[in-house]
Amino acid sequence: MYKYDQYDQAMVDARVEEFRDQTRRRLEGTLAEEHFRPLRLQNGLYLQLHAYMLRVAVPYGTLNSAQMHALGDIADKYDRGYGHFTTRQNIQYNWIKLEDAPDILADLAKVEMHAIQTSGNCIRNISSDHYAGAAADELIDPRPYAELLRQWSSFHPEFLALPRKFKIAVIASETDRAAMRLHDIGIRMVKNDAGEIGCAFYVGGGMGRTPMIGPLIRDFVPLDQLITYSEACLRVYNRYGRRDNKYKARIKILVHELGADEYARQVEEEFALLLDQGIEPPLAELERIKAYFADPDFKSGLTEELDRSDPDFALWVDRNTHAHKVPGYVSATISLKPTGGIPGDASADQIRLMAALTREYSFDECRVTHAQNIVLPHVEIGRLHELWSKLEEAGLGTPNLDQIDDIIACPGLDYCSLANARSIPVAQKISERFAANGKAGELGQLKLKISGCINACGHHHAGHIGILGVDRKGKENYQLLLGGCEAEDTSLGKITGPGFDEDGIVDAVEKATDVYLSNREDGERFLDTYRRIGMDPFKEALYG
Amino acid sequence: MADQNENGDWTSPDDVQFRFRDDEVISVPAVTVDSFKDQTNAQAVRIEPGDDARDLLPYLDRLSLVEVNFPAFTDGRGYSAARILREAGFTGELRAVGEVLVDQVALMRRCGFDAFAPEKKLNEADVEATFSRWPHVYQATGDGREPIWKLRHG
Repeated sequence: MYKYDQYDQAMVDARVEEFRDQTRRRLEGTLAEEHFRPLRLQNGLYLQLHAYMLRVAVPYGTLNSAQMHALGDIADKYDRGYGHFTTRQNIQYNWIKLEDAPDILADLAKVEMHAIQTSGNCIRNISSDHYAGAAADELIDPRPYAELLRQWSSFHPEFLALPRKFKIAVIASETDRAAMRLHDIGIRMVKNDAGEIGCAFYVGGGMGRTPMIGPLIRDFVPLDQLITYSEACLRVYNRYGRRDNKYKARIKILVHELGADEYARQVEEEFALLLDQGIEPPLAELERIKAYFADPDFKSGLTEELDRSDPDFALWVDRNTHAHKVPGYVSATISLKPTGGIPGDASADQIRLMAALTREYSFDECRVTHAQNIVLPHVEIGRLHELWSKLEEAGLGTPNLDQIDDIIACPGLDYCSLANARSIPVAQKISERFAANGKAGELGQLKLKISGCINACGHHHAGHIGILGVDRKGKENYQLLLGGCEAEDTSLGKITGPGFDEDGIVDAVEKATDVYLSNREDGERFLDTYRRIGMDPFKEALYG
Repeated sequence: MADQNENGDWTSPDDVQFRFRDDEVISVPAVTVDSFKDQTNAQAVRIEPGDDARDLLPYLDRLSLVEVNFPAFTDGRGYSAARILREAGFTGELRAVGEVLVDQVALMRRCGFDAFAPEKKLNEADVEATFSRWPHVYQATGDGREPIWKLRHG
């Protein structure tokens, strides 16, 4: 994976000193909160309901064991012994003191990490496929391109006061595991007819209160124009994105109002002018970055045999491992969704254990997924049982990847100052309900996503089943959505009808799954059945 | 408003707190982009966030000063305006006016601003610190600094 050189390290160190100085001026009172706010946000620091929350960047979701270990230590030293992995492949700490923040950033910088641009109206941390560099179905590893974009977008002086936040995802396979088309810019690495690698740009996707699937703006941007084209996309947005209304300020609204063709035309015009400006790093820089993402020393001739005599282990392998490009290996997912647990939470000890397993079983590399789990990308099939036994012992062996209890949930009203309703207790109750009724296993792939407000941090629009918490006359109320999908067959969920209270929503989810079980045809997922039979049978069961 | 004086909507040379140019400060009023289109002999013009900097491109030769107003520091359109003017070859004074703050001036300078007239005077030591803080830069922005990729590959 990528390693900082002297320049990267100097930039991150300078950032720590900058924020230390800004925090000092804030605490002394010479920097007003109103002026400090965007600065702290661009260092990942939010003021939440109970305390400051710090969001640490995990570029394209990739970590080494030293970094993972440091995240565990930070949870102990500055928080309450927990960290929360997020849908942007980052980690958040919920109980931070402002005066500690510069020291935390300094601790992070020691392991080549930071919290730069994890919040605020700027280009955010860039996300990617959590199986990058391992997946059997990928064209190439997308992360070098994400790293090139990371460096370009870090401290970009023109784009730190954008109309609104800006999220970029880069993938390189037909299968979309990063919700690419629900980003401000989604990039898919593609090969053209001449066999050259380039980038397809989808611009103007997003969730939030006005969900949109990003349209294709350009089908092929050559690699030696990637930065220039990105800069053109951003400049058009910075100049013409709406600033009169916070809720219409994302680029999806600009692209929607202009129309994708007109937005693309304006980008092309800007791009043509920028091509003469010499802003594109040479291809040699991409080659330099790519060298860091070279395959680890995979062994050849490994066994693909698996002893399935332990049914619990066999179930975990079936559900939580993914095909690897090298024979004898798989990518293994560590579920952070134990029955009744808080989705995405891990204790400091669990984080450090995962760090140790990363070193021992996966060439010193792990990944954070947008579904709030951890992946060990390169595990020998012959060592899976050993790994699973250690996970089981630590409460990390839940075999539920992409099952109904592998729930994505935002922090909700338990922590977040924007939320209208709690998300975590609903996730816990659903998880417990389906563990008790024994149906979880029968349902197969079923992605359930919960947001505690319309900002949609819990991706409810993209859930096969989505839940949106709202405030209804001072009471928490939950709307049910069906038919959303974040994958390559991207779709947005539709609201079933009137909302439910906290217990009612758990019943409603169960009723929806019963409709599926009684209607499904061979091999259909919940989503497929919904798409085939439509909303009516579900409405009938819920409200009839 | 601090960005106006009794003579109209222009910033006096006295308001310029930081300047990175050797030429004389011009002391003629900056006109709005709309008025400029009617009196194209004007030497100084002021851009508001909603103005298109490209409207000025045919007249860059006779402009000595472009003021870019930041009515709110969170509105970043002025950064793009500055870069567009520099990319088109403007060599006159590019002055940031309005809500220009300690933690933004270094970014503005990277986008091509070479004079700063903040509506509230800034602490000079704080500003000096921000100008000298960054040992390197990641992007080529036309401000003359060599980006890191250039240092890596020559």
